[in-house]
Amino acid sequence: MRNPLSKKVMSIEPSGIRKFFDIANEMEDVVSLGVGEPDFDTPWHVRDEGIYSLEKGRTFYTSNSGLKELRIEISKYLKRRCNLDYDPIKETLVTVGGSEGIDIALRAMLDPGDEVLIPQPCYVSYLPCVVLADGVPVTIELKEENEFRLTKEELLEKITDKTKMLILPFPNNPTGAVMRREDLEAIAEVVIEHDLYVLSDEIYSELTYEGDHVSIASLPGMWERTLTINGFSKSYAMTGWRLGYICGPREIVSQMTKIHQFAIMCAPTTSQYAAVEAMRNGDEDVRMMREAYNQRRRYLMHAFKEMGLKCFEPFGAFYVFPSIKEFGLSSDEFAMRLLEEEHVAVVPGTAFGECGEGFLRISYAYSIDDLKVALERMGRFIKRLKAQQEK
Amino acid sequence: MREQILTFLEKNSKIDLGELAILLGSSEAVIANEVAQMEKEQVICGYHTLIDWEKTSSEKITALIEVRVTPQRGQGFDSIAERIYNYPEVQSVYLISGAYDLLVILQGKTLREVSSFVSDKLSTLDTVLSTATHFILKKYKDYGTIMGKKSKDERMLVTP
Repeated sequence: MRNPLSKKVMSIEPSGIRKFFDIANEMEDVVSLGVGEPDFDTPWHVRDEGIYSLEKGRTFYTSNSGLKELRIEISKYLKRRCNLDYDPIKETLVTVGGSEGIDIALRAMLDPGDEVLIPQPCYVSYLPCVVLADGVPVTIELKEENEFRLTKEELLEKITDKTKMLILPFPNNPTGAVMRREDLEAIAEVVIEHDLYVLSDEIYSELTYEGDHVSIASLPGMWERTLTINGFSKSYAMTGWRLGYICGPREIVSQMTKIHQFAIMCAPTTSQYAAVEAMRNGDEDVRMMREAYNQRRRYLMHAFKEMGLKCFEPFGAFYVFPSIKEFGLSSDEFAMRLLEEEHVAVVPGTAFGECGEGFLRISYAYSIDDLKVALERMGRFIKRLKAQQEK
Repeated sequence: MREQILTFLEKNSKIDLGELAILLGSSEAVIANEVAQMEKEQVICGYHTLIDWEKTSSEKITALIEVRVTPQRGQGFDSIAERIYNYPEVQSVYLISGAYDLLVILQGKTLREVSSFVSDKLSTLDTVLSTATHFILKKYKDYGTIMGKKSKDERMLVTP
């Protein structure tokens, strides 16, 4: 029999997170700090609207681009929160999570050999999606001393005449880093000068704890060369509903819609009705959750300081990215021992790119009570490591 | 700051003030001072415990009593409310808009105890025109807390 699989798909490594999941799943009494989704339930009024739409029998496809009323709400929301102007009909596409947006944007824009710049550490799907779209991923290693922001110099260094796109994932998973307005302005200058496009993944935009989130498409000259991805998963605690959106210039959106139409048809209808309610009446929920995350963030930073774990202060998403370099263990070894010895699951930084070596991703999408238990165990583990080192 | 402190204390009056200071990005001294001040100003009027009495062996019965009264010249409802709330078995007294005037929440050991309170003490007050008593059969949610339900984290342990 011949090999059923393509060389392309075989060239892609499975996610490094899987291994930890499998081991942690077999253990009892595991306390996890390893999730990448909110601990809150979707606000009840939003769930209720989803249930109501089912009761009314709204169980058909929507238009390919998504419910018109939802796209209008998205357009209003982006104006209100990010100072972005997108036409709801021609420049807004409702997708199956932000993830689909990443995939179809790359497939719509890349020709074989086009280079895509990916700042790392970053979310796990950009690189494989670029490969699947026949692009060439080129990683940029972000540095702790810059608080994991992308600098103009780092960007310039990796640009070649084949570079077509830059992926800009801020607020960042796994580092929690945010790009301030001045950081984005410096990047925009280079992007315009080198005629690049930006895929700006702003799924964590609502989880910014100091100053307001800035969308790169709102900077002069950037709207026409940016695709903005956002969604409901993180801001409204709706991960399981699988709903996001991508906005950009109509020439690009119409081609992405073509892929979406043939591959997906439309995003889930129930989720779309629920999302309309979220956007109309959910601002207070978002504010409340952001405040809770910010409190936990402070709590975690304080606890790390107490236990002597070095960590730059991140101001976005719900992750912190402490350094474990002083312990002489790799990220993988550290995470594995922490899991085995104290039954605490964290994700090694290397799951998000090689330059994540020496770091851990710790999520604070947990209640304070859960964090307390996990931090106590972590503190015990670190104390033991330090004692062993001194010997 | 005050509102943030109160939001926490309302849910958990036992919270450690040092911990609260970390969560709010403040210092323990500032928080403790603010709490003391609010106690003094009677913004904070007391600290109570939410108990599911059904899980204990003690018999308790709670009644909501709608009371219609004639307001008194110069005192409105205040003086009749006071005559009612001074009974220790009365838990709460609210002035209500709508079909009746006062809502009285009463806790007793038995049905007889509650009904004798209504017939002997409440109905006999001069200004009380009528009463309607409702007994609570089951408490699903009280003070924002769903009774007896512990939420379980059903998320996968590790996700990207």
